[in-house]
Amino acid sequence: MSAVEKMASPQLIGSSGDSLREAFGKALSEFANDYPNVVVLDADIAGGTGVHHFRKSHPDRFFQFGIAEQNMMAAAGGMAATGLIPIVTTFAVFCLRAVEQARLSIAYSKRNVKIVASHPGLDVGPDGGSAQALEDIAAFRAIPGMTVISPADAEEMRQATRAILDFDGPVYMRTGRSGSTKLFGPDHRFEIGKGQTLRNGKDVTLVACGVEVARALDAAQLLSREGISARVINMPTIKPIDTQLLATASRETGCIVTAEDHNIFGGLGGAVAETIVQTEPCPIEFVAVRDVFGQSGEPQELAEHYRLTAPHIADAARRAIARKKARRS
Amino acid sequence: MNANFQLSQLSSSLAPEDEFVPRLEACARDIRRISIAAIYRATSGHPGGSLSCADLLAALYGSELKLNANDPLASDRNRFVLSKGHAAPALYAAWARFGFMKPHEVLTLRKLGSRAQGHPHVGDLPLAETSTGSLGQGFSAAIGMALGVRHQRKTARIYTILGDGELQEGEVWEGAMCAAHHKLSNLCAIVDYNKLQSDDRNAAIMGLEPLAQKWRAFGWNTLEISGHDIASIIAAFGEARAVENRPAVIIAHTIKGKGVAYMEDQPLWHGSVKLTREQAETALVSLGTPATQIKELLDVRG
Repeated sequence: MSAVEKMASPQLIGSSGDSLREAFGKALSEFANDYPNVVVLDADIAGGTGVHHFRKSHPDRFFQFGIAEQNMMAAAGGMAATGLIPIVTTFAVFCLRAVEQARLSIAYSKRNVKIVASHPGLDVGPDGGSAQALEDIAAFRAIPGMTVISPADAEEMRQATRAILDFDGPVYMRTGRSGSTKLFGPDHRFEIGKGQTLRNGKDVTLVACGVEVARALDAAQLLSREGISARVINMPTIKPIDTQLLATASRETGCIVTAEDHNIFGGLGGAVAETIVQTEPCPIEFVAVRDVFGQSGEPQELAEHYRLTAPHIADAARRAIARKKARRS
Repeated sequence: MNANFQLSQLSSSLAPEDEFVPRLEACARDIRRISIAAIYRATSGHPGGSLSCADLLAALYGSELKLNANDPLASDRNRFVLSKGHAAPALYAAWARFGFMKPHEVLTLRKLGSRAQGHPHVGDLPLAETSTGSLGQGFSAAIGMALGVRHQRKTARIYTILGDGELQEGEVWEGAMCAAHHKLSNLCAIVDYNKLQSDDRNAAIMGLEPLAQKWRAFGWNTLEISGHDIASIIAAFGEARAVENRPAVIIAHTIKGKGVAYMEDQPLWHGSVKLTREQAETALVSLGTPATQIKELLDVRG
């Protein structure tokens, strides 16, 4: 390779092997033969969303829409009207740009479209505040009939990809940019609308989705050192939320902490609080971005800066337990 | 044309041997009459843009779309999307005129529990093809349909009517680029170019000219006609079909409020407006409606 050729082949940043976007892209490409009606829509960002795998494996089912997300989102509704199952792919922040198209041309029109959003939350990292969607779960959760999913690791992403292809109805699913922590083996069972208890405990329940699940497990470890028994629930489906699992956890542990890479309003915490106040009310603490925009930095630095890491979840757990005890004394 | 049309006597003066074009002109008149009656009964709605596209709808449902009256949702059907969803009264009236909806259901426009919502909803009315009412989206959905049927190697064609004010939505130009890039020759967009929008003339709100040049520059087979001349509309559909590798746009010059003298070319009648009894009757008289039919349209319960 000549020097010029070398210079002309920049190393692309970000496509680390175990990121959720890569897991999604590989799974979609692998499963596509089982779903001949599945087509993928891209807005010039396939290398970032993971669907470059699908573009390579199924080029005839890959549709390029250019940098024009509003048209892409509404056109997906039209494609679904003809019997196809469109997978709309772009960054989470650009899905926000087309929320109203998802509302009218997909959800209200009752179209079987899957919106798969990469680069959600602070996990985006150095691209900075403009790129870090901290509002997407809230926005899509507010659309009637929209299912909202945020898997926690590559195995769960793989299973969720299969599940949304089998599911009849509009779905918004978050992937992730950064390398993810491996949490689950092939024996894991993802089911839309179901959470899983990853660790039993009796003093407090930590409910998390996406990148925060691994941090919640770490927090439970920290708490166990001081004799606090924390239950950990992975809640990959934010809508419809697993009301029964949460009510049981509330009854059995008496307080809850939610953790998410999202604004504090309208995301997992909001969904958990909405159902808990209607079933088994208990003190709830929220670990989330506290109604501010993000900024550039590495994902782990940002998680620490915005107080989303395990020590912060553990702090929230102590606060929740204190509130529980204050109520009972 | 479907013989099931009940509400009128409306255009029954026309004998079957009458020419095709006059028959569609009569259908367009009926579409206008039913639209006015529905908006009057609803006490709100958009008369101006309903009247301006009535001839286009008559030509589509009466000639170009060729829907199977017994199976209008056949999987290989041609599809029509009313992207300017606020002209819903005219769409429902066209369906009534051609036998796809009961006329009395059109007259439940905008009422609680009615399928005839203020803007077309595909969840209630499958022939709407997609829900519209947010400008730009019906056009994009039509592009998706054109891509979808072509991907499945079907020969169906997709039609959509856009308003001129609608062209101010950026999404329309995203779609215009997309349809040309993908060479969607099975797509035909029609611009109901009545030159007015909600608050004022297009030229005063956000100028559109040179409009035909814009579409040509975006790579579309661009035709310009009078949107009130049935023969020209039908001829333009034929020209649109004949060109390969490019989507077609028919810029149909129209008059907002066409057929109702006091509404014609008046921005005030864009709507949503409440028609008084006198206004509704005057409008129907202006549309040549016989007195007995005026009573039936405005008063009779289904």
